[in-house]
Amino acid sequence: MTTGTTLSRKAPISRKAMGTGALLALAAVLPLAITEPSQQNFLILILMGAQMGVAWNIVGGYAGQVSLGHAVFYGIGAYTSTMLLTTLGLTPWIGALAGGLLAALFALAMGWPCFRLKGHYFAMATIAVAEIMQILVTNSDFLEGAVGLYLPMDRGGWGWLIFLSKLPYYYIILGLLVLTVLVSWAIERSHIGYYFRAIKDEPEAARALGVSLTRYKLIALSVSAFLTAMGGSFYAQKEMFIDPGSVFAGTISIKIALIAILGGVGRLTGPVLGAVILITIEEYSRTLFGSTGSGTDMIIYAAMIILVAVFSPSGVLGLLGDLRRHLPGAKPAAVKTEKMEVRP
Amino acid sequence: MTADIFIQVLVSGLLIGLIYALVAVGLTLIFGVMDIVNFAHGEFLMLGMYASFWAFALFAIDPIVALPLTALLLFAVGVIVYQTVIRRILKAPMLSQIFATFGLMILLRGLAQFFWKPDHRLIPHSLVSGNIALGPVQFGLPQFVAALGAVGVTGALWMFLHRTRLGTALEATAIDREAATLMGIDGQKMFALAWGIGAACAGLAGGLIATFFPIFPEVGSNFILIAFVVVVLGGFGSVTGAFLAGIIVGLIEVLGGFLIGPEYKTAIVLSLLLVVLLVRPRGLLGKA
Repeated sequence: MTTGTTLSRKAPISRKAMGTGALLALAAVLPLAITEPSQQNFLILILMGAQMGVAWNIVGGYAGQVSLGHAVFYGIGAYTSTMLLTTLGLTPWIGALAGGLLAALFALAMGWPCFRLKGHYFAMATIAVAEIMQILVTNSDFLEGAVGLYLPMDRGGWGWLIFLSKLPYYYIILGLLVLTVLVSWAIERSHIGYYFRAIKDEPEAARALGVSLTRYKLIALSVSAFLTAMGGSFYAQKEMFIDPGSVFAGTISIKIALIAILGGVGRLTGPVLGAVILITIEEYSRTLFGSTGSGTDMIIYAAMIILVAVFSPSGVLGLLGDLRRHLPGAKPAAVKTEKMEVRP
Repeated sequence: MTADIFIQVLVSGLLIGLIYALVAVGLTLIFGVMDIVNFAHGEFLMLGMYASFWAFALFAIDPIVALPLTALLLFAVGVIVYQTVIRRILKAPMLSQIFATFGLMILLRGLAQFFWKPDHRLIPHSLVSGNIALGPVQFGLPQFVAALGAVGVTGALWMFLHRTRLGTALEATAIDREAATLMGIDGQKMFALAWGIGAACAGLAGGLIATFFPIFPEVGSNFILIAFVVVVLGGFGSVTGAFLAGIIVGLIEVLGGFLIGPEYKTAIVLSLLLVVLLVRPRGLLGKA
C-alpha cells in the first residue's frame, strides 16, 4: 500500500512490479493465516471497501467529478444479478456483467443532465438521482419492494458463486479488486487518464484544446459505474439477501466516497488505504459501542475528512507523503503532490 | 378531484413550500456570496430542532418562544463553522471544499447521534397545536404558524439585503467580490455574516417545524435535497428565486403525492431537479 507513495511514475517498472507482487502474494496467503471466519469476514469487508473506493476514484478522483450517489450503481449491480439469478436462473458470472452494463448505461443517462452542473452541484444532483432510484425500487412490486430479494439457497459452488465458507468470497473479491485496480491503472496511464486530469485541473484549457468535457466525464462515470455495480453483485452473492436499504441507501454512497476521500483521491492506492482505515474504525466502534456505533465511527471519520480537506487535499496518502518530506534527513519526495487547483 | 380537495392540496403545498423556501434561502445566500455549497445545511436545521427540543425539555420554553434564542445560537454556529473550517478552504481546490462541508455534515450527524441518541423525539403540547378550519379547508395550526414565520423571516432577510447598508454590502460581495473589496467592504466579514445568517435561517426553519415534525439526528437529509432542488429551480444565489421556487416545490410535492401516491412525493420533487437542469439550467431567476 505504501509502494505508491514512494514510487513515481518514472520509477523503474521492476521495483513497482515487485512491490505490487509482494502485496498480492501477501493478500493471497493472508486468509490462510487468519482462519477465524469473523476475521476473514473483516478482511472481505476491507477488500469490498477498497474495490468500491478504487472504482469511485476513476470519476471522483481522476476526473474530479464528485459523486455522492454511487449507491445507485451498487444497487443496480446487486439487483440485476440477483433478479437474473432468481427469475431466469442465470449464473451471477453473467449476471454481474449484465449489472455492470446496465449501470454503465444508467450512468450515461444520468450524466447527460447532471454534467451540466459543475462541482458542488453535480455532487448534489447525484445524491438526488440515487434517492429517486431508492424510492422507485422500494415501491416496485416487480423487485419485491422493501421486502427485498433472497438468493436461492439450494445452489452452490463456483458456477453459482455461492459458498458456505468465507474463503472463496475472499478470493473472488480480491480478484475483483485486482481487476478494478488494473482498469484504473490502465486509465491512469492512457491518454484518457490525461484528459481526465485536464478536465479536473484546467477544464477551460482542456475545452480550448478540443477535449470534449462531457464525453470524457461520461466515460469516467460509466466505467466507474460498471465496476461499482460488479461490487454490488458481489455483495448480493456474499450476503444472500438484498433490499433497497442495504444496497441503494444514501449511507452506501457516503461510504464509497469517504473511502476514496480519506485515503487520497486521484491516486491508485489511496482508496485501498482509505478502506483499511474506514472499515477498521467502523468495526472497532461497533464492538466498543454496539451495533450502531452510536455515531462514533461517523465522528471519527468526519473529523478526519475535515482535517484532510483543510490541511491535505490529497488524503491520508498525501499527509504521509508530506510527513516523509519533513522528516530530518529524508530524501526529497519522489512524487510531487498533485495539484487540484480549479480556476474559478 | 373536487374543488374543495384541490384547494386543500394547494394550501398544504403552500404551507410546506414556505418552509422549504426558508431552508433554501440560507443555502442560496451562502452560495451566492462565496460559491460554496453547504452540504451541512440540513444539519443546521437539525440543530435548530434540537435547540427547540432541549429548550422545551429542560426549561419548558415553547419552541415558538425560543425562536430568537434558536436563531442566535445557530447564527453563532454558522460563524464558528466559518471561522474554524470554511475560512481555511476558501482558496482550496473545489474537491476540498466539497469534502469540508460534507465532512461537517457527517460530523454533526454523528455528534447528534452520540449525544442525543438516534431516537425520534417529539415536542408534545406546544403553544400552537390543533387544527384550523376555514370552510371546507382544514390545516394544522403548527403548520400555519410555521409557514407564517417562514414568510416573516424570508421577508426580513429580503429587507435586510435590500434596505440596510450591511445587507447591501453583502449583496455587493455576492455580485462582485473584488469590486466590493475595492469599495472597502471586508470580504471575510461578509462571508462570516453569510454563514451566520444562512445557519440562522436553517435553524429558524428547524425551530418552526419542531412543533409538528419528529426530531432525529438525520432529519436534515430530508430537507437538504429538497432545498437543493429549490435553489436550482430558483436560480443559484437568488433569494427571491428561492422563495418562489420553495412555494412551487411545496405545491408540486403535495399535488404529485396526491395524484401519484404519497410514497413517490420526494421522487417527484427530485425529478423536477433533472427537468430544470435539462430545460432551464439557470433556474427561474438565476443569472445566465
